[in-house]
Amino acid sequence: MIQHLLDGILVGSILSLGAIGLTMVMHILRFANFSHAELLSIGAYVALVFDKMFKVTMPLMANEIGPLSMTWALILSIIVSMVFTAASAVLFDRLVFRRVREKGEELSMVFASFGLSLIVRNLIGLIFGLSTKLYSKDIVFATVLSRDPLLVVKLDQLATFTITLVLMLVIHIVLSRTTFGYSLRAVGENPELAQVNGINLQRTLIVVWIIGGGLAAVAGVFYGLNNQINPMIGRDLVLPVFAATIVGGIGSVYGALLGGIIVGLASNLALSILPSGYSPSVPFIIILAVLLIRPNGLFGEARA
Amino acid sequence: MIGILSYIVFFTTVASILAIAVLGLNLQWGNTGLFNGGVVAFFGAGAYGTLLLGGTPQPDHIAGFELFYPIALIGGMAVAGILAWLVGILTLKMRHDYLAISTFGVAVAFENLMRNAEWLGGGAKGLRGFERPFRESLGDGFLYNLIFLIVVLLCLLGTYRFLETLVSSPFGRQLRAIREDEKAARSLGKSPARIRLTAFVTGSVIMGLAGGLYGTFYAFVSPQDVLPTLTFQIWAMLIVGGAGNNKGAVLGAFLIWAAWTFSGWALSRFAPVEAQLYTGSIQYVLIGLVIVTMLLWRPQGLLPERLVVSQSGLS
Repeated sequence: MIQHLLDGILVGSILSLGAIGLTMVMHILRFANFSHAELLSIGAYVALVFDKMFKVTMPLMANEIGPLSMTWALILSIIVSMVFTAASAVLFDRLVFRRVREKGEELSMVFASFGLSLIVRNLIGLIFGLSTKLYSKDIVFATVLSRDPLLVVKLDQLATFTITLVLMLVIHIVLSRTTFGYSLRAVGENPELAQVNGINLQRTLIVVWIIGGGLAAVAGVFYGLNNQINPMIGRDLVLPVFAATIVGGIGSVYGALLGGIIVGLASNLALSILPSGYSPSVPFIIILAVLLIRPNGLFGEARA
Repeated sequence: MIGILSYIVFFTTVASILAIAVLGLNLQWGNTGLFNGGVVAFFGAGAYGTLLLGGTPQPDHIAGFELFYPIALIGGMAVAGILAWLVGILTLKMRHDYLAISTFGVAVAFENLMRNAEWLGGGAKGLRGFERPFRESLGDGFLYNLIFLIVVLLCLLGTYRFLETLVSSPFGRQLRAIREDEKAARSLGKSPARIRLTAFVTGSVIMGLAGGLYGTFYAFVSPQDVLPTLTFQIWAMLIVGGAGNNKGAVLGAFLIWAAWTFSGWALSRFAPVEAQLYTGSIQYVLIGLVIVTMLLWRPQGLLPERLVVSQSGLS
């Protein structure tokens, strides 16, 4: 039981990272972006490529950090991958979403995001192959925290969790202490009024895509590190990440943080009552439960 | 010759069944502006419902009520309708992304349930034990398929007529009024939530009809038939044909199904052997490209919606 709780929080924090960008985009552009989870996939694969490259070109970087299976090469790759993924998020907006918006077909954005996710997911499959990949082939042993009750944790998980917490803190500071944080909230509340007050909508939007893409890259790499990398990451994570945004309330960054952890916890606890074959359905059950109990989520506001 | 002819019959049957589903989506998306991300769940509910109600008893799952075929088909449509009502009642009052996400989720959960619950739908092996109706008198050959095609075409025509009448009726005007300006419609005393729910359930029942016919055609349905791919195909059909236009919906269904089967055939025929594993991926990229390019290049589709101004006092 406590083991499930622990795993749930660790997995959930990864979902939180993925959900932050999604909830911001859904708040400002008002559409369910089904291609967001593909950014996690892009992030995982870009890091895989650069990880291999750094390990070959700089053998020193291939050393593991302390007891972790993570290497300095991977840490550096994560940073490169954040840049790449953020750039692809901006590029997708330029190529697809902005054009659809400008045509006045705002409801069609959902369709466009689905089409885009099909393209991205299957291009990844065509480029990298359909088989699963790993950052490190070494077997990682779990560390026993206590024997009664038996509690084990992988040190990698703890490291990813720590980095996730640090990133969340950074996001919190940016949102609550900077001008950008204020303008972001203003745009979310009322885009027209925000523009009247001299906020550049396009620029704010680009920053939102950059933040969303960067965090999605980290989430993708951490997911790949704790599980495995395959082209279906996006397909498998799209519903859990949406569930996290709905639990937290669409538009709420703190809601997304908490929502991710709740979805992670619920999915892990569900495994102790449901057969594991049903785990893909758990996020949907969570969404239904939220819609029944608290339709606008924990921190969301009713909005037409 | 008979080979080509029977292939044409086969192709037309599947395309017409899909066209019925596209018509159902057109009522939801084209006329009412409701995004259904889980078309395949309602299609699948119709297929599973029909085969469960009309099939023969099986030892390992609950199938086999051996109902008279038309009643089984109507039962399958009812299953799709109930599922739509449940999803709709929870989500239609919220902003539209909730419907998109919930319907997408319902499709994932439906496929997941059918794959795992062996007592219900036979699990991953699929649902067996269904006999195609009138098989004793018509046999399994070309004659049967030809008569089945006629039945499917009649269903397609019936659905088309029904929707054309519905859309030009006062109810159809309400749908467009809500789609265009919900507040204005409400100020005129209309109830958007109820009208949306009616349109959503009706569209899903039509998808259930398509699913029921599909299941009957193959006398078999498995989780492989209810993958999200089908949802994407049906959307592509509607977007290419023209959302809001029933003729466009049918045209899109035939065009996209022809393109899909042709690309599948061409890839399996001409692609090198080592690339065969990836034909699925290539086809998905193509369908994604079709959706995105249509939205960018011609969002109104090949046959756009004819916008009518209804004004009282004008003849």
